[in-house]
Order: sequence, then structure tokens, then C-alpha cells
Amino acid sequence: MRPSRLTSSRCCRKPQEVLIVEFAFYLSAAVAVAATFCVVTGVNAVHALLNLVVSLIAIAMVYFSIGAPSAAILEIIVYAGAIMVLFVFVVMMLNLGQAAVEQEKAWLRPGIWLWPSIMAALLLAVLVFTLFMDSRGYGVGGVTQTPKQIGMALFGPYIVLVELAAFLLLGALVAATHVGRDEGHQDQAGDRPEGLK
Amino acid sequence: MSWLTGEVIDVIVAVIQAVVIMLVAVVIGALMSFIERRALSIWQDRYGPNRVGPFGSLQLAADMLKMFFKEDWIPPFADKRLFILAPMVSMGTIILAFMVIPISPSWGVFDNMSVGLLFFMAMAGLNVYAVLFAGYASVNKYALIGAMRASAQTISYEVFLGLSLMGIVAQVGSFSLRDIVEYQSHLWNVVPQFFGFVTFLIAAIAVVHRHPFDQPEAEQEIADGFHIEYSGMKWGMFFVGEYVGITLVSALLVVLFFGGWNGPLLPPFIWFALKTAFFMMFFILIRASLPRPRYDRVMSFGWKVCLPLTLLNLLATGVVVLLNAPAQ
Repeated sequence: MRPSRLTSSRCCRKPQEVLIVEFAFYLSAAVAVAATFCVVTGVNAVHALLNLVVSLIAIAMVYFSIGAPSAAILEIIVYAGAIMVLFVFVVMMLNLGQAAVEQEKAWLRPGIWLWPSIMAALLLAVLVFTLFMDSRGYGVGGVTQTPKQIGMALFGPYIVLVELAAFLLLGALVAATHVGRDEGHQDQAGDRPEGLK
Repeated sequence: MSWLTGEVIDVIVAVIQAVVIMLVAVVIGALMSFIERRALSIWQDRYGPNRVGPFGSLQLAADMLKMFFKEDWIPPFADKRLFILAPMVSMGTIILAFMVIPISPSWGVFDNMSVGLLFFMAMAGLNVYAVLFAGYASVNKYALIGAMRASAQTISYEVFLGLSLMGIVAQVGSFSLRDIVEYQSHLWNVVPQFFGFVTFLIAAIAVVHRHPFDQPEAEQEIADGFHIEYSGMKWGMFFVGEYVGITLVSALLVVLFFGGWNGPLLPPFIWFALKTAFFMMFFILIRASLPRPRYDRVMSFGWKVCLPLTLLNLLATGVVVLLNAPAQ
């Protein structure tokens, strides 16, 4: 006897399950908002990045709750697991220390909040207005999309976009290789310890 | 007892299963530290820990007692919150990944998750933060060097960790580990996906930074690397986390390439346990027999040998899958 699973069923869900999923949605959305707020107000760069990672994972949870597990997992693998690791890596290499924290504190004076807050409030107003205008009301707990459906959509109607993105990434890769080329020791690279180059 | 409906019983059974799987994974991880020391010493012609209990079997209890009563010291110059968080991330992400592993036809937490294989990769990706934050929060140059080595190594090896498994996904047509096991009821995946198996084995050792890919914690060069400042139970969590990681990777190897619970005569769970134990011993044997390569060689081996191999494997698998597909 297998227990019933929350997100694997593709048919309509029972009312209790929708309630649980809705609760998960609002909880993870609240975490995402709080963590993103901490990213903006944080003074320590590594702590801010950690909050950003938490925020990305919370957004992945939101994707899970609206029935898009593939997007959720890819968000964690690509953004939280790879891109943010590089960010943390670079910040660690820079070794900012206490001076950077003081500088950041000096930058975050109360007066400096005014203009960005107005702009953000405008954007929020537009978002809320749009949400209320759209009366269709997409509920959470709809149909779960399988990875297969997403793959067929990507390589079906959206094939041109996928190919364009691939070209762009290849171009970026070639450019990065060119910039990072080691002019002097192209032949011996990898044969000597790092310190002796 | 009107609330005790079939659904509630289902939920209770699922919760108990999850707790049991988690506890067994951690206990096996802890036991492995003893088994590894004994097995290594036997292969190296010495006795190893054989004093506590019959054949040294209580060595684990002694180690645990020692670890619990050690002073849990946080360096005054450390970044305290990250310092405490790092071991939790190390242990937590690995244990969470056990969620998607099907142990037998009736045992498993969430093993028919439609993105099960990707979930493992996500957890492996998040596991890097444990090492990164441990290295950063310790404010110690050896820890920092270890953390940098670990993150560079893990990111490089994760690329073909994922690619090496895509051949299986293309064949089975699903990311769900339960589907993958059921697909192998006649032929284990290791036969058609041999190159996928070899590269996944290498990448898996590198991701749990286990010997010979343990440059992040190389004792001779950087004095234990990222966990140099840790003591007591926090160090214990890194230590046990590594062994739980080996258990996880062995279980994955069995599920993905060696038919999971499939096997003649014996019950499914026994087959799964036997195969997993075989791979755990295999990891110990690798540690006993191979020297540690230099760090730059590890990196260039990953990018210049393993990555092209996985790409070729994926290409060949794609051709075969398309040839066998029924004409539309």
C-alpha cells in the first residue's frame, strides 16, 4: 500500500490538499519577501548573499506549490547551486572585512532610502493594480507539469528561443576563454604546480 | 476513533518510514567510520582499533562519548552565525537527498517524485555552501584555501555529474528514481550506460570530496582544510556528514546503474542493502589503494577527459534511443 502523495497526482486535488498547498505557498512567499528585504538592508556582503540564497530557495518552493516542480528544481540547481556559489566565491576572494561593513553602514543612511522606496512603491502599486484587474483568479494547487511536458514545449513551439539562448551562451563561453587565456604558458598549462608558473 | 481513517493511517505510515530511513542513514554513516578504520587497517597489514568491545565493535560508542564531552569551541574571531550554520547545511542537505531514493517496492519517502534525480543534484549543489561558509566563517587561511578548492572542484564536477546521468534519463524517459529502478528489471543500466557509470562514479566521489578527490581537506598541505577550526559535535557533523554522503552516493549508484532492489531469490530490501554495502566497501578500498593527485590535475582531468566522455555518451545514447523509437 503506497501512501497518497501531495504533488505527484496530476488529477484535481481534494480540498484539504489544496489548503495545505495554499498554506505552503503563502509561507514560502513570506519567507522570500523577508529574505529579500534582508538582502537589501544587510551590511555584510556574505550574509546578504546567504539571504539571497534563502530567497531563491523560497521562490523555488513557490514554484513547487503552484505545480511546476521542474522550474523549482532548476531554480535551485542553477541559481542557488551554481550562480550564487560563484558570487560567494568572489566575495570570499575579495576578503572585504570590517572596513566594507562600515562603508556599507555609511551608505545606508535613512535619507538615502527615500528615492528607491518611492520607485519600488510605484512598481508595487502597478503590480497590485494588475492583480486586482485580472479577475480570473489563478488558484494554487492546479495541474502539475511533468519535466517531459516542459521538454516537449521547449523543443516544440519555443525551439528558436532555445537555439538563440544556446548561441548566446556559446558566444559568451568563447569570449570568456579568450579573455582568460594564459598568453605565456599555453603549452605547459596543467603540467606544473600553480606556484611555479 | 472516527479520525483514524485510511488517509490518516497513510500519513502516519509515511512519517514513520521517513524517520526510520533518516535514522538508519545516520547510524550507518556513523558506523562506517569504524568499519572504514578496521577495513583500512586489515588491507594495510595492521590491527586498527580492536580494543573497545569484541573486535573493537564498541569503538564507535567510545568515539561518540569523546565527541559529546569535548569542548565545543567557537573561535572569538569567527563569524558565529555562519560558523554554526555550516555543519547543519552539510548534514541536512545530504539527509534530505535520501528522500528520493527508493529502497524497496514499499519503502521510500518520496521516491516517485517526478523530478527525483534533479532533486539529488539540487541538494548536491546546496551542499557546497556548507564547505564555503565553514571556510569563510573560520577566518583562517587554510580553511579558506580548502573552501575555495572545494567549491571550484564541486562546481566543475557537478557539470558532468548531471550529464553522466542524462543518458539514463533519455533511455527511461523519466527523472523519477522509482521508474528508473522498474525499467531495470531485465537489464541493469550499467551495461548500456557503462561510460555514464564510470563518469558518475568519479563525479560522485568528487562531489562528496572523498579520497582521492579530498584536496579540500588534504592533511599534508592545508591541515584538514575547511573544518580546521571546528571541534566537538560541529566537527562530528561534518565527519558523519561525509560518511552519510558516501552512503547516499552508494545507494544512488545501486538505484541508477545496478537495478536497485531487483535480484533473484532474496527479498528486495536485502538485495538493495547488499549492493549498497558493496559500493561503500568499494569507496573504502579506493581510499586504501590510490594516492592523492595534485589539485590542478584533478581539475583538468574533470574538464578535459570526463566532460567530453559524458557528452559523447549522451550523443550515442540519443542516437540509439531515436533509432529504437517507433516511427511517428
